[in-house]
Amino acid sequence: MRRALRWLMAVCVVVATSTAALAADLRPLVQALGSGGYSGTEKALAQLSEAGDPAAVPVIEALQAGDLYVRKADGTVVVARKAGDAFTLTDPLTRAALGDAPAAAVEKIRINNSLRRAISASLGALTLMSPDTGVRRSAADAVFKSRDAQALETLNAAIAKEQDKSVRAAMEQARAAILLTGEAASKMSDAEIQSATDTLAARGDRDALVLLNMVAGSGASDVTKRSAAAAVSTLEQKLAFWAALQNLWYGLSLGSVLLLAAIGLAVTFGVMGVINMAHGEMVMIGAYTTFLVQEFFRAHAPGLFDLSILVALPAAFIVSGGVGIIIERSVIRWLYGRPLETLLATWGLSLALQQAVRSIFGPTNREVGAPSWMSGAFELGGLTITYGRLWIVIFAFAVFGALLVALKRTWFGLSIRAVTQNRPMANAMGIRTARVDALTFGLGSGIAGLAGVALSQIDNVSPNLGQGYIIDSFMVVVFGGVGNLWGTLVGALTLGSINKFLEPYAGAVLGKILVLIFIILFIQRRPRGLFALKGRAVEA
Amino acid sequence: MRTKQLTSSFGISALAGLAMGAMASFAMPAQAADDTIKVGILHSLSGTMAISETTLKDVMLMLIDEQNKKGGLLGKKLEPVVVDPASNWPLFAEKARELISKDKVSAVFGCWTSVSRKSVLPVFEELNNILFYPVQYEGEESSRNVFYTGAAPNQQAIPAVDYLMQKEKVQRWVLAGTDYVYPRTTNKILEAYLKGKGVKPEDIMINYTPFGHSDWQSIVADIKKFGSAGKKTAVVSTINGDANVPFYKELGNQGVKAQDIPVVAFSVGEEELAGIDTKPLLGHLAAWNYFQSVETPANSDFIKAWKTYTKNDKRVTNDPMEAHYIGFNMWVKAVEAAGTTEPDKVIDAMVGVSVPNLTGGYSAMLPNHHITKPVLIGEVQENGQFDVVSKTSGLVPGDEWSDYLPDSKDLIADWRKPMSCGNFNVKTGKCGGKGS
Repeated sequence: MRRALRWLMAVCVVVATSTAALAADLRPLVQALGSGGYSGTEKALAQLSEAGDPAAVPVIEALQAGDLYVRKADGTVVVARKAGDAFTLTDPLTRAALGDAPAAAVEKIRINNSLRRAISASLGALTLMSPDTGVRRSAADAVFKSRDAQALETLNAAIAKEQDKSVRAAMEQARAAILLTGEAASKMSDAEIQSATDTLAARGDRDALVLLNMVAGSGASDVTKRSAAAAVSTLEQKLAFWAALQNLWYGLSLGSVLLLAAIGLAVTFGVMGVINMAHGEMVMIGAYTTFLVQEFFRAHAPGLFDLSILVALPAAFIVSGGVGIIIERSVIRWLYGRPLETLLATWGLSLALQQAVRSIFGPTNREVGAPSWMSGAFELGGLTITYGRLWIVIFAFAVFGALLVALKRTWFGLSIRAVTQNRPMANAMGIRTARVDALTFGLGSGIAGLAGVALSQIDNVSPNLGQGYIIDSFMVVVFGGVGNLWGTLVGALTLGSINKFLEPYAGAVLGKILVLIFIILFIQRRPRGLFALKGRAVEA
Repeated sequence: MRTKQLTSSFGISALAGLAMGAMASFAMPAQAADDTIKVGILHSLSGTMAISETTLKDVMLMLIDEQNKKGGLLGKKLEPVVVDPASNWPLFAEKARELISKDKVSAVFGCWTSVSRKSVLPVFEELNNILFYPVQYEGEESSRNVFYTGAAPNQQAIPAVDYLMQKEKVQRWVLAGTDYVYPRTTNKILEAYLKGKGVKPEDIMINYTPFGHSDWQSIVADIKKFGSAGKKTAVVSTINGDANVPFYKELGNQGVKAQDIPVVAFSVGEEELAGIDTKPLLGHLAAWNYFQSVETPANSDFIKAWKTYTKNDKRVTNDPMEAHYIGFNMWVKAVEAAGTTEPDKVIDAMVGVSVPNLTGGYSAMLPNHHITKPVLIGEVQENGQFDVVSKTSGLVPGDEWSDYLPDSKDLIADWRKPMSCGNFNVKTGKCGGKGS
């Protein structure tokens, strides 16, 4: 064992000395990274990437990751990684171990935004020839962003060698970007300019638009400007089309959030007729349950963190539903048929629940993490769709479908409908109406808890979480038609879309006011909402 | 099992909360008035603003506790009187009146939002007491009874915009804010300032959102669209409170990187970042007069004391806490100089008092009741802290009446005798001008 270790160390030393010989000329440049503050580091970085040696890549990557430090004793630039309280030091070029150092003995080389830009530019230029396709692609994108004229030579060589079609396209776009914005533009022929703007226009995204706009507004030649301006207008038309679609998606996404928040209320207020001002707090309790479940996972099973949301769903349903049943049994059942008193009592309850949560968890926001399958975004044509929103849309419709089935196709649903439509008759038929009342209220609250799990992903988990949704929920239920689940669905999606279409033109504040005015006018004409219930049950 | 525990602890804490509330309001008058000096703490402990203000109540209790351990003030112990105005603006005025008339406090440390300050202002002027206001605000005000230890616009907003203009070469500006007085006034000042610097009107986009706005999808998309006009674009955010978390989440989701469109915020500090995953926010900026990451002996002592006091190693410190630290120490020094806690004498003794701040310098109280502060620009790091990327070389004196607004550019405040005026018009030479 010990012999093997010695062998290994010997090999390490040999490897280290051989790379040291190669890296000798980079050494003073790396050393310069550690002095002169931000501007000094930036200057040294520029020289380092000018040297064009791929050996500098790990050093620059360490700088980007914030692992590059200066040893205070002798001013040497080292890579330091935290190990407990101390740092383990290695040489940035040879990767030879340099022992441990306490935190006070080293000072981090700090980077700011302009350095971050310079780092990704030089990493891009240095990794264009990398054997890894993914690295080459991001290198091409980095060069596209930096438009560093020095990278042009390498870029041309890389394009000639590139086999992968999409990577080559990215590289050609980067080349076009450099050509159009650099000094070379004045020497190019009209045809070359045209082909460069075409390459950019083919890219078709906002980054291309930024660049073309820049070219169109710059001091370039008239031909360049004209061809860029033409490309801008076609690109803008295309982007406007996608922007409209994107708005539709935003509307759907906001609508599904409204649907989730309102659907529990559609049960307690719509079906039972209880004006439940504490509905938002049920949502909040659901969100805090998610937080507790996640804390449990963080402490006991960090590897299964991605599943925490799935566990939180039933937990939140049970906790919020349980609180709902307790509220119904202790407060609301004495107030049936007295809407004003119910309103006041549940409002008081909502304040009490908020303050209780504030006393237990503190007034500050709690961090609820997103599982990996809910974070990030993907592109669909010109649409950017975030996974989190997509799952919420799917989840909202799933909850809606499940509730619909529960109310229409199960014995429990039948009892609920029987009790709400004709209480004495249901009683006479042997349905325990008191129990059905409690369970119905519990169901509505439980669904609010489910909404809380979803909202914890996009909003603050704070004691005030519920307040933001209570007005919107009532608006959706009233607009859609009290007592009709389909009305709630249509109402939520309509209000969501209207809101999102108004926002870009009227602003968020005025948009909200306009929606409210629209609802007031609508209720004047149709007091029972979009889908009014008809039949004897309504008159009763 | 877990559920059962949860519900039972719900009940107990709710009861405990009620009992504590009752004690706080009934226990006070029992003390004899003369053997202690009473200090009022007027911060919301419930309602929307509790998220920010509870911390300030705690830091005041800690500072008073430390002062008492050092032997109190004028040979007497300090006694904190905590009231809860519950994020309810009229209640702020009521509670302020209660503190001054009933509890006979010598000074009050409190308020967060501008509307709460405006609501208590007449009470402090009528009953002649002292308020220390620790939060950055829109300026355009100076009262004899209020000491503004937070930043005026020229100590936060203007230097931040200057930094973006010079270092990041920003030419296009999105001014995004929550729809109330602080963002509106600050944006008005910034708009005038930017136009004075030659920024064209079409390069400025102003956007307001309601309190607690949670769906930022289309606004962030708008910002991206505004930023694709070929000029370097930045967002100046006066978005307040809870709305910041979904805003930053959406920025991260839509991939708005600080290298492309940096966001500089005036109301986002360490406390606000505590609830967010900061990795996608790397490099976005905030302008304050203090960051927890500042390395000075005074600051590391303060952080250590705070963590020990709260018995929580994860608690962060922020700018308004430092403002209370400065304000409290100034008040202590002024009371010692005046030899009494009588408001009139303390107010006169306050001007010119200078105490160490936590960023390695001294802050002094100016005749306009604002203080001198350094301005720091910080970039968000992965650990939720800020890395200072720019610091003004000297201290910036707080300017109460903005020089960039036509209504207030001729006004100054000087509470020293014989001028003793909060809105002196230098053009007409009379006290009492526009604004106020």
